[in-house]
Amino acid sequence: MTSDYEMVIGLETHVELRTRHKIFCNCLNTYGAAPNTCVCPTCMGLPGALPVFHRESLLLAAKAGLALHCTVHENSRFDRKNYFYPDLPKAYQITQFYHPLCEGGYVDIGTEQDQKRIGITRIHLEEDAGKLTHTPGGLETDLNRCGVPLIEIVTGPDLRSAGEAVAYLKKLRSILVYTDVSDCRMNEGSLRCDVNLSLRHPGAPLGVRTEIKNLNSFQSVERAIEAERARQAALLDAGLPVVQQTLRYDQKTGQTHSMRRKENSADYRYFPEPDLPPVHISHSELSELERSIPVLPDERRSLYMRQYGLGGYAAGQIAAERWLAELFEKAVQTAQSPVALANLILGEAFAQLTLRGEETITICPEHLAMLSNMAVSGRVNSTTAKAILAALFENDCDPEKYAREHSLLMLTDENLLRGIAQEVLLQNDALVQSYRAGKQNVAKALMGKAMGACRGRADAEKLRRILLELLNA
Amino acid sequence: MLCQLAKRLALGQTTSEQITRDCLSAISQRNPRLNAFLEVFEDEALAQARESDARRARGQALSRLDGIPIAVKDNLCMRGHLCTAASKMLSHFVAPYDATVIRRIREAGMPILGRLNMDEFAMGSATDTGFWGPAHHPLREDLVPGGSSGGAAAAVAAGLVPAALGSDTGGSVRQPAALCGVTGVKPAYGSVSRYGLIAFASSLDQIGVIARTARDAEMVLQIICGTDENDLTTVPGLYRPQDCGLRGCVLALPRECFAQGLHPEVRRAVMAAADTLAGLGARVEEVSIPALDLALDAYYVISSAEASSNLARYDGLRYGYRAVGCADTDELYRKTRGEGFGLEVKRRILLGTYALSSGYRQQYYLNAQRVREELSAQMNALLERYDALLTPVTPTPAWKQGQHNTAMERYLGDIYTVPANLAGLPAVSVPCGKTSDGLPIGLGLTAARDGLGRLLSLCRRYQQEVGCDDE
Repeated sequence: MTSDYEMVIGLETHVELRTRHKIFCNCLNTYGAAPNTCVCPTCMGLPGALPVFHRESLLLAAKAGLALHCTVHENSRFDRKNYFYPDLPKAYQITQFYHPLCEGGYVDIGTEQDQKRIGITRIHLEEDAGKLTHTPGGLETDLNRCGVPLIEIVTGPDLRSAGEAVAYLKKLRSILVYTDVSDCRMNEGSLRCDVNLSLRHPGAPLGVRTEIKNLNSFQSVERAIEAERARQAALLDAGLPVVQQTLRYDQKTGQTHSMRRKENSADYRYFPEPDLPPVHISHSELSELERSIPVLPDERRSLYMRQYGLGGYAAGQIAAERWLAELFEKAVQTAQSPVALANLILGEAFAQLTLRGEETITICPEHLAMLSNMAVSGRVNSTTAKAILAALFENDCDPEKYAREHSLLMLTDENLLRGIAQEVLLQNDALVQSYRAGKQNVAKALMGKAMGACRGRADAEKLRRILLELLNA
Repeated sequence: MLCQLAKRLALGQTTSEQITRDCLSAISQRNPRLNAFLEVFEDEALAQARESDARRARGQALSRLDGIPIAVKDNLCMRGHLCTAASKMLSHFVAPYDATVIRRIREAGMPILGRLNMDEFAMGSATDTGFWGPAHHPLREDLVPGGSSGGAAAAVAAGLVPAALGSDTGGSVRQPAALCGVTGVKPAYGSVSRYGLIAFASSLDQIGVIARTARDAEMVLQIICGTDENDLTTVPGLYRPQDCGLRGCVLALPRECFAQGLHPEVRRAVMAAADTLAGLGARVEEVSIPALDLALDAYYVISSAEASSNLARYDGLRYGYRAVGCADTDELYRKTRGEGFGLEVKRRILLGTYALSSGYRQQYYLNAQRVREELSAQMNALLERYDALLTPVTPTPAWKQGQHNTAMERYLGDIYTVPANLAGLPAVSVPCGKTSDGLPIGLGLTAARDGLGRLLSLCRRYQQEVGCDDE
């Protein structure tokens, strides 16, 4: 049984920037090309080659800094981080150690009632390393990723649980995708995370921390944190020290393992990169970037709650992704009930996405609003609405027209329904007799038959009223 | 030599092919003893010469130097050619791209005669640390030609080629030029693109020219200087050729450069040169640059620190020498680097690694940077008032192969040349007489960052006066 420790977590997140070129050469920044095809003397670290800094990386990194409420320094500089590793052809990484681009921001996580601010210590620019694959034939090195621009976003030791860590990462991803800084595809490695974790008794000084490297899914972040908490707690309970070290999380065993690689003993021998002059970003460039940042998820979420009466959860869900928020905001212009629209999107439309294995809804927002309105006004029932939505996913069109053409509109005409009900009663005289004899639940069977006669499209409430009127007459 | 050749080419009195053949013939005669050239591109150079002649015949010469052959130090990448930095580590490395200076001399139509010997990774001052054996002094083969661009200086001095490109991190162009009796020019940091120059110490390295005279060197400088989008440390406008007399010129003799350790014959020659300049109308004053006393220490810390990082990429994994029979990557790194680098290179890597290590960084690297800043400030302040600093280039004339064998002795020899690298200033070595044994002595001149044009104008005037420049 482990004692009651408080967990202290800080995250270092590496995010690949969505630039056209690599950060220090003219190679394209692409994913998935054949190994070692997007390379040049500079990113291969050939003798004599020099880095040339591309400002598109600077602009995106600064934009990320602004979106995360950081101070973006007009002057920053690159340094060399020296270490030997087969994925690092120059044997040093160009990074910003002494003078990072951004400092002192934050990300808010949680709900309005239960909000928590996670401090961001710094954001700096650096180059990615290559990719190693262990094969039966030996170690294979792909240098395509060498020189892909990265930002490293470092939090303070502000997180207290795996849940908070994941909430922070989700919010971070949401903001970075919103601002077009990165596509944040964790499966492609464009968002990766290192976890720093220590335990202490509440109020006590910080304990000895360990670092779990290179986690690339929310799930592994969560599980690695839990596994490492358990490991450290067991040590402390047994009166043993936690050794500061770098760990690797093994997804198969669910355990953290000490990496053979250093960190404790590592001495990166940082010094200013002599091949690159200091980096400057002007006040006016920063203002322009500031203006280019869209309304971010937190603000949209409260807007949806305030203006459209959405619940916190639904508002948060819709605001979390930019395409979704923009779809909703367009559709809501013509929607009778924003809440119904949100429910349609988060319920049936999302179910369709899952079913079809797609990532975004491509249906025209006006059509979604129209369908929502048809459901709200009772012109289609929920079953029919679902069917129409599926049809729109298949082939987007005017849902009103589609419903009419396929005779899917709800039968609401009083006289029509009365006629159908009378017909049903005539044909089921035995049931009518037993109802009138006191078997009240026979009405259900008659209702079913009447609905069947309407091919399911009748306004159920109206039909029931009419049927009962006739039965009780 | 180069100027006259250019003139004769322009007048149709000779051809590029003839000039190139003359060079090739001189090389085949003398190089086996000098070991200045590591490789001669005979067929390629002749083909380039013939193309040049054809262009000139059509009236389409690419530059004044179209057809004038040149040779380059073996640390400049030439597509399709070996580029070894005189190291076992790169003994089989074929460059897949052209350095910017190589592109520029090709675009000027200059045939490239071959690769020149040097110290391994440009670390040394006698061209005797390289994998391909030492180069020899053209006047006396038992002497060293200086280094690290000793192959370049020896080749020009022996008349094997009219001009050569070298690199100068702490004096590697000026010092061998001084010892061999030719002119060596290190432009200001940022004047010439370093793209394609195998890095030694990135904040100090600068490509320079060795030629017979300042006038000759200037013709090459005009081709290689200028900004380059592949080297962000290049700066425009640092070198503009000028023609100004010596009248009104004020020159400074830093007291610290004439203290102990200076060979009396070198001192006499440099002082005589100062007198000659004064006789031409310059005012010469003694000054003090206190930080000079720390320059050598700062230089060896900073250059070694940067070298330890620049040379870390030679790990045997992707190109270059690879040790065999290694169990894992760590062993491969260790054995490859242990076997592939020579002693001097390993010494500097160790020194530099140490200087950057945590716990020592403050004491060595950061203090060295402080000295560098202070020295630069002192030199720049003086160069606002003076047109140039006059110094010796070397404490002694050329020495016997095998002498000066301790690292300390060798490092001390760089005392007069490293300040210009630390401060990023342009500096020149011009011959200023000989010892009683007939060994050349160099005069060092250092100017303000944008003062190379004026400095070379001064050197031309001096060389006319002493009869070196027979223009």
